[in-house]
Amino acid sequence: MLKTTPFHERTAPLCASHAWRRWAGHVVASSYELTHEREYHVIRTAAALFDVSPLYKYMVRGRDAGRLLDLVVTRNVQKAAVGQVLYTPWCDHAGKVMDDGTVARLNDTTFRMTSAEPNLRWLQDNAAGLEVDITDVTGGIAALSLQGPAAGSILASIGAPALKYFRIAPATLHGIAVTVSRTGYTGDLGYEIWAEAGNALALWDAVMEAGRPYGIMPAGLLALDMARLEAGLILIDVDYVPARKALIESQLSSPYELDLGWTVNLDKERFNGRDALVAEKARGPAWQFVGVEVEWSSLERLYAEVGLATRLPSATWRMSVPLYADGEQVGYATSGGWSPLLKKYIALAHLRSRWAAPGTPLEMEMTVEHRRRRAAARAVKKPFFDPPRKRA
Amino acid sequence: MKRYDAIIVGGGHNGLACAAYLARAGRKVLVVERRERIGGAAMTEEVFPGFRFSVFSYVVSLLRPEIIRELELPRHGLHILPLESTLTPLRPDGKAGDYLAQWSDHDQNRRELARHSVRDAEAYDEFGLLLHRMARAIKPLLGVAPPDPASLDLRELWDLWRLGRYFRGLPEKDLHALWKLLTMSAADYLDEWFEGEALKGTKSASGIIGTLLGPRSPGTAYVLLHHYMGELDGVFRAWGFARGGNGSVSAAIAAAAQAHGAEIRTQAPVSKILISGSSATGAVLDNGEELRAPIVVSGADPRRTFLGLVGEQHLPDEFAAAIRRYKFRGSSAKVNLALAEPPRFICMPQPGPHLRGAISISPSVDYLERAYDDAKYGEISRRPYMDIIMPSMLDPAMAPPGKHVMSIFVQYAPYHLNGGWNDARREELGDTVVNTLAEYAPNLKSAILHRQVITPADIERIVGLSEGNIFQGELTLQQMFFLRPAPAWARYRTPIRGLYQCGSGTHPGGGVMGAAGRNAAMEILGARA
Repeated sequence: MLKTTPFHERTAPLCASHAWRRWAGHVVASSYELTHEREYHVIRTAAALFDVSPLYKYMVRGRDAGRLLDLVVTRNVQKAAVGQVLYTPWCDHAGKVMDDGTVARLNDTTFRMTSAEPNLRWLQDNAAGLEVDITDVTGGIAALSLQGPAAGSILASIGAPALKYFRIAPATLHGIAVTVSRTGYTGDLGYEIWAEAGNALALWDAVMEAGRPYGIMPAGLLALDMARLEAGLILIDVDYVPARKALIESQLSSPYELDLGWTVNLDKERFNGRDALVAEKARGPAWQFVGVEVEWSSLERLYAEVGLATRLPSATWRMSVPLYADGEQVGYATSGGWSPLLKKYIALAHLRSRWAAPGTPLEMEMTVEHRRRRAAARAVKKPFFDPPRKRA
Repeated sequence: MKRYDAIIVGGGHNGLACAAYLARAGRKVLVVERRERIGGAAMTEEVFPGFRFSVFSYVVSLLRPEIIRELELPRHGLHILPLESTLTPLRPDGKAGDYLAQWSDHDQNRRELARHSVRDAEAYDEFGLLLHRMARAIKPLLGVAPPDPASLDLRELWDLWRLGRYFRGLPEKDLHALWKLLTMSAADYLDEWFEGEALKGTKSASGIIGTLLGPRSPGTAYVLLHHYMGELDGVFRAWGFARGGNGSVSAAIAAAAQAHGAEIRTQAPVSKILISGSSATGAVLDNGEELRAPIVVSGADPRRTFLGLVGEQHLPDEFAAAIRRYKFRGSSAKVNLALAEPPRFICMPQPGPHLRGAISISPSVDYLERAYDDAKYGEISRRPYMDIIMPSMLDPAMAPPGKHVMSIFVQYAPYHLNGGWNDARREELGDTVVNTLAEYAPNLKSAILHRQVITPADIERIVGLSEGNIFQGELTLQQMFFLRPAPAWARYRTPIRGLYQCGSGTHPGGGVMGAAGRNAAMEILGARA
């Protein structure tokens, strides 16, 4: 049996599309309405409410909690201030990415870690000799993500404190004890709210009620996927194979190859994969993870040649699409789609470093009326969309 | 005195687009706008504290995708939100369920159509497919200066030959269908397809917008195509609302123009276009300031441009006569409401997704034709056609939290009203609109916090559109393509050397399209559009 989230009693009747997606063994709405279009636009114009409860969550407590996390993740956890949240990947001993998530410092000795995959065993195995307590709180904590320009006003109206980008604080929303973090997966102004699972329904009701005057809408994973593509945010199992699942060497990726070099803190004396990463940094990564923009005129021409108007994907696709330059394949896109906001066909792609510089002319494979064609494209900087309100 | 390569008269969206393209090509460009704000009829204003309105034009339909791309309008703040549905209440009063809705989801739409007519539900897809093909056939016409079939100019002949070859390449049945669309009335054309009155009424309404014609007037079928050409994103058939109102379309184009170095001056009304011999040399502002440039581009309509800013003495008689004959006949008005709560329609009383789309008061072709009958004889329609959207449902920031703004496009309100427009007639129009709409949504009257009524006379006075015609001249076949605005002068040029036009009064006409502005710039730059 698939699990439902603590919000299911509210989300199920709203899910008019009957479209659910599996996420870490749970069912979560793909879209609530018959199409996800409006849910996407709401992220960029008002506020969209996502049920993100399936994320794995761990409480890491004790004198050595920071030391353990510093051993595991690539960023410097012990330097984080209380109330700070870090986005970070973590690596195996060969410096290959196993997972990515967040680490929130709730107080001096208490951290909450979120991840896409189960990590209890990995954390425990790394904790040998350390004074630290690790608890899997995945099922006990319900999580909502409220994303969009109105998110701040909505939460302020029910008592949330003002938060800077990537900060977290305890709060009482409409009488419910929660922690609120200014984080999200949309590249927009956004917050995530963490509460005891038993308070989930009351929290949902409070946020929906407060959001009504601001045009809040519950939104599903299809809308989220479009937003995270525009934000250039990587997705495990889609954009990279986690080290634990890689069957062959070439499926592995280092943080540098995923454009996560900025999260790798080599000043730390010791952390998993450090030696390999020092060496890789010195020689430079073989691959880079970049944005790709398809040229409209080229795409239009491919369709015009068969007598059709240009067809565009209505949702973000997740597959491997070859990219060419100078007559050979130089990489592959792993997520892509049409950005309704930017009016651009965009993709996230792995390119051999030589062809990864912004502006490099590329060709992307396109299937047009059953035939494989190539559309002109070029490497571009990520994120595709980066509004000032995200950090303001 | 500052010198420019080009002066654009009028900071409407077409003038701004023209300026952006000229500046992008390295020209030193100045835009002079009479009002204190840019945008012309594509503007957003906080009319009442906290309530923002797209005061005049209110949707984005045919904004050219190439303009969005080439000027990078999304980067300059343009975000177009889809209008997904259309709700047509079947009758005043009535009961819950008395509506026809058109939804974006195919299955939902078909089921709804079948509730009224199984035949219509089946015909709908076929109709859509045909109009899609027709829209594609017509599309190449929008992005080019229209060649004159009577001209012997080599360039025009070449363009004509290319266009001829293009149309000859169309399948025969498409050509026939196109001819029918160009010549028939919307009502007759729809009769060939559908039986549902509300469906035909609502669809035919798109053929009468901005004209003093009724759905049974020949030539109105053509505009049905426009609905299918609303190719936001290259995705056909999508109509949209610009986040922040239509002013953000103008603002984004202006930002692009400025990023390319164009200068924009507001509160700079032009009193005269300077002409020396038979060439334009600049413009004079109301305050006497003279601006010089070898190229002057007017975004104002043909009447204001030629009979106002240029003066007939500088024009060939035949041309001046053609401009005098060019028809405006504004027929539409706007009512903007600030609301304390959303309207509750009797036919669909719960708040829901229908409020995020269009609401069309067009229960039948007869209803529209009767509305036209009143206008034909110089009166406000007793029961007008209305196209309503609720911008705050799409972009809640248009109104204070929990409050709403409603935009009501009204037809007919003839510019040439018996006895003329005055404050009393304006309020009468406002009352007619509110009373008519309240028959469908009874809570409307008590929900109204503020009301703004804009008559064709107001449109003329505020934005400067002659006779309040929203398209800078009727979009009827006798003044379209190579006849817009005058025979032999359809390629953005004028009898005055160096004087160009870039407004909706030129091909391909009105709507927040930007095509005229872009095409004019291409013509000036000597490039092929």
